[in-house]
Amino acid sequence: MRPAGDPALLDIRILHKAYVAASGERLEVLSDIAFALAHGEVGVLVGPSGCGKTTMLRIIAGLDTDFEGAVRRPPGRIGMVFQEPRLLPWRTVEENIRLIASDIGDEKLGALFRLLGLEAHRSHYPGELSLGLARRVALARAFAVDPKLLILDEPFTSLDAPLAARLREELATLVDRSPVTTLLVTHDVDEAVRLADRLFLLSARPARILADLPIARPRAERSEHEVAALRSDIGHKLHVFAKT
Amino acid sequence: MLRLVSFALFLAVWSLGSQLAGEQMLPAPATVLATITSEAQSGALFLNLGATLARVFLAFALAMTVGTAIGILMGRSQVVDRLGDPWLLVLLNLPALVVIVLAYIWAGLTEVAAIAAVAVNKLPNAVVTIREGARALDPGFSEMARVFEMPRWKMLRHVMLPQLAPYIAAASRSGLSLVWKIVLVVELLGRPNGVGFEIGIAFQLFDVTRILAYALSFTVVVLVIETLLVQPVERHASRWRSRLA
Repeated sequence: MRPAGDPALLDIRILHKAYVAASGERLEVLSDIAFALAHGEVGVLVGPSGCGKTTMLRIIAGLDTDFEGAVRRPPGRIGMVFQEPRLLPWRTVEENIRLIASDIGDEKLGALFRLLGLEAHRSHYPGELSLGLARRVALARAFAVDPKLLILDEPFTSLDAPLAARLREELATLVDRSPVTTLLVTHDVDEAVRLADRLFLLSARPARILADLPIARPRAERSEHEVAALRSDIGHKLHVFAKT
Repeated sequence: MLRLVSFALFLAVWSLGSQLAGEQMLPAPATVLATITSEAQSGALFLNLGATLARVFLAFALAMTVGTAIGILMGRSQVVDRLGDPWLLVLLNLPALVVIVLAYIWAGLTEVAAIAAVAVNKLPNAVVTIREGARALDPGFSEMARVFEMPRWKMLRHVMLPQLAPYIAAASRSGLSLVWKIVLVVELLGRPNGVGFEIGIAFQLFDVTRILAYALSFTVVVLVIETLLVQPVERHASRWRSRLA
């Protein structure tokens, strides 16, 4: 781990974020969120649905600047996987990626397609793909830009469990191959303990960080047994927090 | 097949009407065809059709380009929308004739005045339609383009325009027919050639045959444009849709 002050650091300090609802009511969404990720670290945010995770990711990605606080991103491009794939339906799979990563070489693109099992779908339009395939294309697009920061917003929701597990493996392979600071949001504890270097538990709205749990063992070496132990530990913590 | 039946029916009704009303009021199809042929042989037909067609294209292109740009701006920015809306209402309700006459008075009986007057007549319709499309743009795609730092022109070409395509197509469809109708009026009032000019002469001579000959010829031209240009372009723009199924 590099020392503090590292320019590749992702440093997040969100003091307040509020929405004014249609009814005129002010809704506090986030309060006092502060954490930092070192270069190549994978941080996973786990929290109840509707707690403001997507709002937080939009702030971190620079899409929402209406908040109190400051976000320092590592210099370089951001690769983002949204909750929905958000592929341009009027461009083919390959065009979708080349439009975003205009200088990607044939070789690198080929390798990415091979790893994600997309070779047969290069010239298909997104409307012809299943959700699982579309999510892979979104993943490929995020990696194609050589991101210095990777943001994933529940990238595997509404997929069946075996497919989600396979995509998770593929994501882990990609991240381990070329380390990139990664922030992933999920409500799936199992997914979180399999992928995270650091795990953040979030409270219900307004979201605060309840716990910051580092997982020391590299994700490739975690045994099923450890994963199960971590899972039950975190399940227990979430349960305790819910009571207080 | 049904189209042929429909066309035959049209000719039959026309012939019958001609016999009832007399050649003077409504000449028979054959008479009109003979006039078209003789005008074509003298070359006058093509000269006039060409002049009208050129004006239609210039005015149409001008109105669509400017209209799309203003429509996008108004659809994306509330300030521009509020500023532009009263102007739009005035333009929408300004009679074509007023615009044409004013253009001729202010800019003289020139080609520029003629084309500008037609374009101004079409402009508000294009703006209204495109503005509707710009309001319906998917914010999800815009966010995606922003996060991935897509250059502006790329974003316009690959993210915005494809979403606006159905609206641009709708504006073009109604636009082409509106524009050619107004071009005829412009030609009638202040141009020395074109279908509108010829119809103006024929009106002074009460020459119904000539009026029909020019009107029908140009209708055929519009139909050809529709089948050979508009429809293939639309098919190309929606190729990603047709493959769904």
